[in-house]
Order: sequence, then C-alpha cells, then structure tokens
Amino acid sequence: MLAKRIIPCLDIKDGTTVKGTNFINLRQAGDPVELARAYSEQGADELVFLDITASHEGRKTFTHVVEQVAQAINIPFTVGGGINEAADVDRLLAAGADKVSLNSAALRRPELIDQITRAYGSQVCVVAIDARQEEDGYWQCYVNGGRVPFGKGLFEWAREAQDRGAGEILFTSMNHDGVKAGFANEALRQLSDSLSIPVIASGGAGTMQHFRDTFALGHSSAALAASVFHFGEIGIPQLKQYLRQENINVRL
Amino acid sequence: MSIAIVKYNAGNIRSVTNALGRLGVEATLTDDPELLQRADKVLFPGQGEAGHAMAYLREHGLDSVIRSLRQPLLGICIGQQLLCRHSEEGDTDCLGIFSEDVVRFRPERQEDKVPHMGWNSLTHVKSPLMAGISEGEFVYFVHSFYVPVGENTIATTDYIQPFSAALHRDNFYATQFHPEKSGDAGHRILKNFLEL
Repeated sequence: MLAKRIIPCLDIKDGTTVKGTNFINLRQAGDPVELARAYSEQGADELVFLDITASHEGRKTFTHVVEQVAQAINIPFTVGGGINEAADVDRLLAAGADKVSLNSAALRRPELIDQITRAYGSQVCVVAIDARQEEDGYWQCYVNGGRVPFGKGLFEWAREAQDRGAGEILFTSMNHDGVKAGFANEALRQLSDSLSIPVIASGGAGTMQHFRDTFALGHSSAALAASVFHFGEIGIPQLKQYLRQENINVRL
Repeated sequence: MSIAIVKYNAGNIRSVTNALGRLGVEATLTDDPELLQRADKVLFPGQGEAGHAMAYLREHGLDSVIRSLRQPLLGICIGQQLLCRHSEEGDTDCLGIFSEDVVRFRPERQEDKVPHMGWNSLTHVKSPLMAGISEGEFVYFVHSFYVPVGENTIATTDYIQPFSAALHRDNFYATQFHPEKSGDAGHRILKNFLEL
C-alpha cells in the first residue's frame, strides 16, 4: 500500500539553513547538505528546500547547494522559492532537483505550468498555494510570500493547476501556519477529494496527532513541516512509529 | 568496470549518475552503438512519454542496439515500460523484450491518485537483482502507466491492483520504481545490478 509521506522543509538563505538550531547533534546545523543527510537517515520520505534569498548571488549559491544535496542524498527532493521562469526550472533540474515548486509565478502566469510539464512531465511540477480563509469563509490565494491577495480561490486555482498538468498541490493554510494547532483538515479534505493528484498538507504541525489527523481526516497524501522537526520537538522515527500504531501506512 | 547509460530524449539522468557516484562508479552517457555494446553494464533510465521516446530510439537505431545487447541491462521507470511489448501511452509498440503490455492506472476510489507517487512496498521478491531486499521493503515510485503481473515479474507492488515493480528475462532487468531515489534499499538494488 502507498505510504503517507513525511516531508521536512528547509529554508535556505545565502547557502545556509535558516532556523534549525536544535536539530540532533550536527556539527554545523546551518549546513543544508549535512541537515539533508541527517533527515534522510532519520527516515524523511522527501525534502523541500526553499530559497529565501532575493539576490542574484544568492540564487547561484542556492543552485550550488542543490547540486551538493543531489550528490549526498538518495531520496527525492523538491526545490522552490524564486522560480519565475522556465529557465529557473531548467537550472534547478539540471542541478539535480527531482521536482520544482511554483508559487506566485504560477498564479501570475499559469501557462508556466503547461510549459514545464510539457518539457519535463507532470511529476516534476509541484504547485504551492498559500491561501487564507477570509471572514466570509472564502479561501483566497495570496502571492509574494502571503503578503498580497490574488483574487483567485483556492479550490478553483488548484483545479486549474491540475488541469494544466501539475503533479502535486502543496497547500499552506495561512490561518494555520505557525500556530501549531493542527493542519487545515477541512479544506484539505475538500481539496484532496476534489482532485485526482496528491495533496501535501502544510502549516500547523505542532504534535504527532496533528499528522495523524491530516492523513485520517484531511485525506492528505503527505504532510510538510519545518520547525517541529528543526527544533527537535518531534523526531521522525518516533512520529512514524506513532503513525503506524494509529494504522496510518508509513515507510519504516 | 565500464558502465554506459543510454542517451535518448527521456529526461534527467543526473540522479542516476549521482547514485552511481555514491557507489564509486562513473558512467558514460552515450548513444554510440559500439560504446553501448562494449560496456560491461548498461543502464536505461528515463522519465517521459513512451511514444516520443520510442520514436527517438527508432530514428537513432537504438531500438535494435538495445535488443542486441548481451550484457546485463537495467531499465528504470519509463525504461522498464519501453522494454515491454506495447504501451497504452500513445498506443506505442515498444522494444518487445518482455512479453508484458503497459497499461494506464484506472482509479477506482477517490484516494486512488494518478500518478502513483511516493513510497510503496515490494512483495513476491525474487531474482539476484533483489538480493537482500526483504518482503515489504519500501521503494520510490512516480508513474501513471504500469506493467501487470506476468511471467517475467520479479517483484510486485499493490496500487489499485498488483503490478510488476520489477521484471527480469535473460540479461534484461527493469524496475518501475526509482532505485536511485529509494534510500538504502535502492542503493542495494543498484549495487546488486553492478555485481551481476
């Protein structure tokens, strides 16, 4: 049976990992390659690296990080952040990334999804959606790292991304992100049940039960988290043992 | 030991060369028939669409080169599908080394997503390629088409229904999953292949 996936997310700035000071006994907690190797050995199913640098120089450094990670680990990884055009995708896939994650650029120019999936196949194209549930209940998509409302609904956009060839949807609920009170399972369930491609839950992980709930109640195919892993609050081996006991199929 | 990777129009082979690098082996990416025939081992990886891939192989005469090979060859993902008789993807006649046909996943329930993407387990494991791999071992898959269980199946995975996770006939081996992305289990399978 297909396993539910656990995906740690690492933010990279100027070639080093942001956050993650408490993570196990790394000599250099800021070294993304060492961190990637440690997560892979702990049983992470995939990794996501987000480039949060804005500069041109930072981009070059990030590409170099991607090359080193690709040589070091033997599990799939996705890269995102600052992908604005097809040339960025060419560069990152050539560096050894398995998938790329598009966010604002895809909302602004949806045809980018068609272009990338025609060239490389659906499996490389993750569409990341940051959305907030407004007071009237409407799930609104945001761009620019969640700063600017875009005027498109979550479900409508996810469906369009799928129809254009996206291989997966990575949905971050801005209402839940950073709150550590659980994932947006109601919206996730509606999203997952209405799409034919996998949905990755993001935003809200605080306890092991939150992971169980997003798989069991939110119908998510995978769950992504950052700080609970980086600060050592939840260990991946313990999380997977717990999920197995809760009858969630995970890779052990 | 000389390792050749078949050069054609099906995707990124960087992850395969990286995996071989972790095993201390360097490979040559080539579409030169002589280099392919002389190699000790041949890898035939790929992602992409069967129709375009087969058209390219035929145009470049690589179809008959691959059929003529006598050393161990390992097809990966679309590589496995192209070694079969026929693929439903683009109604494509393939290389015909394996008698099996390739068909598309047909979801039966809401939770059956296509592509089949992620870690799934191997059962009914046999053949030297799978030495040291236990029943239930997880490996990484990304695909929308599959090979049903047939006479050449050496490992089975269950997704919507059981299908061939790996095939073997004579010197031809193939995996639907990506050993280069399948953690320690995948590392072991690639090592087994290099030691055949």
